[in-house]
Amino acid sequence: MENIRNQIKKFFLRILNIPFAFLMHAIDLIMWPIQKIIGVRNMPYIFLLPNLIFFGLFVIIPLGANFFFSLSSGDELLFAERELPTTKQYDQLFDCESYLNPNTCTEDFFWRGVYNTIFFVVFQVGLMIFFSVLTAVILNKKIIGRGFFRSVFFFPVLLSPVVVGLIWQWILLKNGAFNAIIESYGGDKVSFLTDPSWAMASVIFVSIWAHMGFYTLIVLAGLQAIPPNLYEAAEMDGTSRERIFFRITLPLLMPNLLVVFILASIKGVQTFDEIYVLTGGGPGTSTSLIVQYIFTTGFASSGSVQNFGLAAAASMVLGVVLLFLTLMQLYFSRNKESKHQEI
Amino acid sequence: MNIKFIFKAISVALISLSLTLISAVSFAATDVRIMWYGDGDKENVPIAAQIDEFNAANPDINVILDIVPYDAIMNTLPIQLAAGEGPDIARVTDLGGLNKYYADITPYVADPSYYEKSFGPFLNWYRKSGDTTSIHGFHSTMTVTGPYVNKTLFEQAGVDLLGPGATWEEWAAVSIEVAEKTGTPIPMAWDRSGHRVSGPAISMGAKYFDSNGDPKLVDDGLKAMTQMLYDWHQAGTMSKDLWGSVSGSKYHAPNDWWNAAEVVFMMSGSWQIGRFANEVGDDFDWWAVPAPCGPAACTGMPGGNALLAFNANPAVGKVMDYLSSKEQLSSFIGQVLAIPGHLDLQVDYQTDDPNAKHALNTFAGAVPTIDQVAFDLQAHVDNRIMFNAIISRLGQAIVGEMTMEEAWERMDEDVEKQLKEKYGG
Repeated sequence: MENIRNQIKKFFLRILNIPFAFLMHAIDLIMWPIQKIIGVRNMPYIFLLPNLIFFGLFVIIPLGANFFFSLSSGDELLFAERELPTTKQYDQLFDCESYLNPNTCTEDFFWRGVYNTIFFVVFQVGLMIFFSVLTAVILNKKIIGRGFFRSVFFFPVLLSPVVVGLIWQWILLKNGAFNAIIESYGGDKVSFLTDPSWAMASVIFVSIWAHMGFYTLIVLAGLQAIPPNLYEAAEMDGTSRERIFFRITLPLLMPNLLVVFILASIKGVQTFDEIYVLTGGGPGTSTSLIVQYIFTTGFASSGSVQNFGLAAAASMVLGVVLLFLTLMQLYFSRNKESKHQEI
Repeated sequence: MNIKFIFKAISVALISLSLTLISAVSFAATDVRIMWYGDGDKENVPIAAQIDEFNAANPDINVILDIVPYDAIMNTLPIQLAAGEGPDIARVTDLGGLNKYYADITPYVADPSYYEKSFGPFLNWYRKSGDTTSIHGFHSTMTVTGPYVNKTLFEQAGVDLLGPGATWEEWAAVSIEVAEKTGTPIPMAWDRSGHRVSGPAISMGAKYFDSNGDPKLVDDGLKAMTQMLYDWHQAGTMSKDLWGSVSGSKYHAPNDWWNAAEVVFMMSGSWQIGRFANEVGDDFDWWAVPAPCGPAACTGMPGGNALLAFNANPAVGKVMDYLSSKEQLSSFIGQVLAIPGHLDLQVDYQTDDPNAKHALNTFAGAVPTIDQVAFDLQAHVDNRIMFNAIISRLGQAIVGEMTMEEAWERMDEDVEKQLKEKYGG
């Protein structure tokens, strides 16, 4: 009986194999002459070629085009119709009497975006790390429904930023769910999204809610990698909980926290969609970040001149910031790898 | 069967296949793509029905109606056009701003004089400077900006509605009075739009252009109106929740507050009639009132949307002829409850709503009172640049990011900067 079953299995596997075999033979027909010409040692480049073509088409060429746009002016989209080359866009972006006061800058919206982005990233990343560690430490303990809570904290990460924005808009609007609760307890309505002093706090809170699950997972992985015997030894020595946390847990979590810090910073600088849905960058420009400036200047001018050059110049500046953060991440992660190898 | 026979058979098969394909291509219907934004089903259903009817009667043309959000018309369409893409026809509100992309359909319409007779003054809004003959499309609906009041709240408060000639200050005062007496949270709400601000600003004496006809945004008239709006926001006459809820020049309308009867006086325009008729229903009585006055005029802004062609060919001409015909326009306008852009159109409005009927009469009656500056501004190719500068800077001043003095300075700088980018210099 077992034998018959194996025979049938083999038969179906052979049938299933036919199209693959046919495909492989067809590929072989193409690859064989290429290998003959360029040699076996150079074949990896051929296998990398499809990926490189896509990377070039969708990353390198747009990056180059963006750079050239930033060195051109006019409201035309096609290069042939634009004034080129000019540093006008960069001059305009950096034309400020005082960089500390956006009102003195020609492109005050850009500088407001810069300061809002810095404020947003500092508080969002700082609080995100704090709450991620706190949540991960709790979720690492043997609590009832641990699996359930881990899923619950991770769930918002799966949501689209637009959905996140719409959900929280519904909750935080003046006539929203949260204000209804406040009113039912006799309180006054709060303009969470339309009062400049509340709006930034609200978007930071929503952003932390939406992304914390991902970073909690990284911290949790770090916590689980800490050898339990260290805790056992500390307990035997009668070390207090606080001391264990600050002397064992936190130092050993540092590599993970560094990754969280850099990833969250990159993500924070790039934030756009959930804030755009939630507040539209308002009130005034109080929640308008750099990416929104780029989007509005280049693509959403509502009938004003679509200044592709200025938007491209601003995105180049943003690119430099992101490049710096990415290099930091690479440096630290390599550092971490080499330390592991030394161990 | 020899090899020659096989070759012959294959050749015959290939020739037959080619002929079939060629004939299929020759007789395939010509596609005409329309990018359309509508104010909900109220506008989308009638236009879709008209397109279906056209397609059924013209098998050689296949009209494809792409219903898109208004933002797509304002932000996506210009980029598509700049990239050499875009639809054959689109429903547009930035009438002059896109004029470099419009196609002249004069050779392809059945009777060019019909367009001149029926849409004469509006055709110049689409044309480039110096062009007096091209036909690019037609006005789908005309609009006039102006205020609405919640009549029920006035009645409950025992306050009389003001008549023609009442000033903005007087309207603000009675709106506050009604709000206080009825416990309504928002005395006054305006669409967040530079276009909406411009009619009242012209009433206060704003000229928008210098003696050479070039844009010159900030003057005493504009300062007076924007200062008034700023003061109303600080005093609570207008809620910061509406204009403060977005940034830049983003449009935002207070319809949700209005529909919930939380607003006494709403500054918007004639395009809201059909929407109010549907959404407010019997909840309360709403009336359109004449444009309040300033020292210079009592005017709203004209406007509207037009179906404009970006490709010129016989199929596009035929579609335009069909949609601009008296019969189709009359039917469309009658269903959507709008003011016609056609100069000689009898419309049988399909509504029993007395509020809607009253509003239609009020706005239609306001057309002759529109100030010439308002018409010139609406016809100007760069009017959006001015509208956007007003609303983005005023919005910033209202939430405390700058003073009104700084906002006025910035408005002029924004206009100058944008015009330099557009025209060089």
